[in-house]
Amino acid sequence: MRKPLLVALPATLLLATPLLSACTENTDGGGDSSDPRTVSVTSTDDGCELSSTDAPSGTLTFDVTNEGSKVTEFYLLGSDGLRIVGEIENIGPQLSRQLVVSAPEGSYVTACKPGMKGDGIRGDFTVSKSAEEPSVSADDQQLVDQATKNYQVYVRDQADQLLVATQEFVSDYKAGKDDEARALYPQARMFYERIEPVAESFGDLDPKLDLRETDLEEGQKWTGWHRIEKDLWPESDPSYKTLSTAERATYGDDLLANTRKLDARVQKSTYTVDQIANGARGLLEEVAKSKITGEEENWSHTDLWDFQANVDGARVAFEGVKPIVEQKDPALAKSLTERFAAVQALLDAQKDGDGWTVYTDLSQDEVQQFSNAVNALSEPLSKLTAAVLS
Amino acid sequence: MPETEHATEQSRHGISRRGLVGGGVAAAGLAAGAFAAGRASAATDDGSAPDARAAYSFRGDHQAGIVTPAQDRLHFAAFDVTTGSRAQLVALLKAWTEAADRMTRGLPAGEIGPTEGDTNLPPDDTGEAIGLSASGLTLTFGFGPGLFRDEKGRDRFGIADRQPAALRTLPHFPGDMLDPEKSYGDLCVQACADDPQVAVHAIRNLARIGFGTVAVRWSQLGFGRTSTTSVSQSTPRNLFGFKDGTANIKSEETQDVEEHVWVGAGDDAKADWLAGGSYLVARRFNMNIEIWDRQTLGDQEDFIGRTKDTGAPLSGGSEFTEPKFSMPGSHGPVIPKDAHIRVVHPDFNDGVRMLRRGYNFVDGSDALGGLNAGLFFIAYVRDPDTHFIPVQNAMAKTDALMEYVKVTGSALFAVPTGIGTDEYVGQSLFERT
Repeated sequence: MRKPLLVALPATLLLATPLLSACTENTDGGGDSSDPRTVSVTSTDDGCELSSTDAPSGTLTFDVTNEGSKVTEFYLLGSDGLRIVGEIENIGPQLSRQLVVSAPEGSYVTACKPGMKGDGIRGDFTVSKSAEEPSVSADDQQLVDQATKNYQVYVRDQADQLLVATQEFVSDYKAGKDDEARALYPQARMFYERIEPVAESFGDLDPKLDLRETDLEEGQKWTGWHRIEKDLWPESDPSYKTLSTAERATYGDDLLANTRKLDARVQKSTYTVDQIANGARGLLEEVAKSKITGEEENWSHTDLWDFQANVDGARVAFEGVKPIVEQKDPALAKSLTERFAAVQALLDAQKDGDGWTVYTDLSQDEVQQFSNAVNALSEPLSKLTAAVLS
Repeated sequence: MPETEHATEQSRHGISRRGLVGGGVAAAGLAAGAFAAGRASAATDDGSAPDARAAYSFRGDHQAGIVTPAQDRLHFAAFDVTTGSRAQLVALLKAWTEAADRMTRGLPAGEIGPTEGDTNLPPDDTGEAIGLSASGLTLTFGFGPGLFRDEKGRDRFGIADRQPAALRTLPHFPGDMLDPEKSYGDLCVQACADDPQVAVHAIRNLARIGFGTVAVRWSQLGFGRTSTTSVSQSTPRNLFGFKDGTANIKSEETQDVEEHVWVGAGDDAKADWLAGGSYLVARRFNMNIEIWDRQTLGDQEDFIGRTKDTGAPLSGGSEFTEPKFSMPGSHGPVIPKDAHIRVVHPDFNDGVRMLRRGYNFVDGSDALGGLNAGLFFIAYVRDPDTHFIPVQNAMAKTDALMEYVKVTGSALFAVPTGIGTDEYVGQSLFERT
């Protein structure tokens, strides 16, 4: 019961008083049932029963139990019955889930949707004014629209630039201009790494473009960026035989063709505001998993380029939704702003001309500092989606 | 003084295992003779009391430690054989059999004991298990591919023609980042017990007996079981915080055990000595603990396909309700396509099941302050080519959990069948009939 609350609530709401005051009031052992802001919902195949159809304004918890035979959903809608204030999906039979939502005074509509079909079983719900009235902004939707539009433009632009840079890289690589190709490799990859969660969402293309040697199944053909990386930086594998001109053409053309497909698909993609926030979290996970460890660029050791690009992508995503977060959870917005800056300062310290220090030249102490800063940023970042959706 | 009284009390009543457990470390003050007697009687106790620590016979139709109800603690060791002599190797297997038989009965590793004998000699038991009961200790022995042939394929001990076809170094799986110092091995011993010190004591004493013939290649401690091998056990949790092993083969499912765990007579004509045995797959799954902990509850449940609370499948019901993979959800099936329980479920893997016996491990922290932790996966299967390799490949390719794990150790062993009185472990391999 406590776990979903902790996950769903942004930090500042946890610090607010409703939970605490609810606890102190319930000396008769009534538990959450006597908390006026906790509503039990029982969803059946043809019914939607609420323990109460009104609540004081503030952070409301709907404890939804599915007693039907199909998966159900629960919605809190605006008085127009259209605007989604909060929703909880995928509640299997005999299972319970919690919807935690911040609701100001007003008229609402609740809906259970067994089988996820139609308008659902609806009822009216009233929220009365209280001392915990949340602040509201009329232009919430406008902020969301702006954020999704900006992010879409950003991702499409990165994909276009990736295609241009890849063309140049492949052309140099095929022509045997190895020095030029080596210089372009990490720069071109930055466009990919900035939008990595989007690229990874195309499950057929990503393995062809970005698979590392260790990710291969026995007998699987290795293609993409890292295949060519090994060919350009073969030094650490004495048994490696460099590719012939014809082979270079095969791998280069394949990379370009798949990048072209990726770009075409990205140009048609759109994003929701929670996908943007999740994308920011995902990018920092990439940093923590394979860049901090130096596992991503096993041959070129240009991991810091990828690191910077992942951070770029995450920061752009965060800045896109920042106006929303500043309204809903200003402390979280502040903490994220500061911690992005702290990570950036460490990256700036490793700047070397157009690029960065190669990973293998970092001291253990420097890697540790990066790791600490990434952990410090990732923790509040894991609360971003909930804050945006609250 | 209280210790003496305790000892007297126990001697009078023939020292029950419960008495020893209750006495705890106080029993360490017992005279060594009482220690031996006490532990011997403990081993014959029927262990029927709910809190009594069991003792499992080392000899039987199959090796213990496979369908035995999973104990709480593990010490697993892999050895390299350092001798070229078949006679020495067989002598070691005989010596290990003796010592294992004794220790699983709660007796010291050697016949003299930890505190008796010539004061000018090191004791033949290391002593840290004095006062501890058998604690359900099982010792399970296995043979790796390297016991049969060396790296160049040469017969090492005159048994190469009997190497099971499926006993090969496991292939590279996507995401494997194997540490050779935590992988492979010519021999293995799985020590499971309800007391960690008992498990460690067993490996330590077996390693000591083996010096000159074998050397420890690597070993792994596991502090908490992550699966259930009997319906009498409750399902434990792994370090992702989820119940693990709900759908494991239980010893009570005798038909599934026959079908999926024991090698059948005729499975492999050249390796008929393995009939009644099994294959042991060991995989060290390092978890990206800190990254996992930042996943939302909803995402964590989607990755696994079960609720974190009760372990019910997301298609509803309670822990042991069969998952309904076709049940529609808000976005595609309610149990997502890449959910762990779907990817590894027998319905999507030609009906194969494994008997898992994994353990949680934490080997301190890594160089960057992250927990060096995860799941030391152990599975017993009838044939790794059908029961493990395809499932691991499916998992590596499509399982959402793979984002949060990295495999750092890997090994495969053939586990010979059980032995009778006067037989030694592996006799069916070394003595041709």
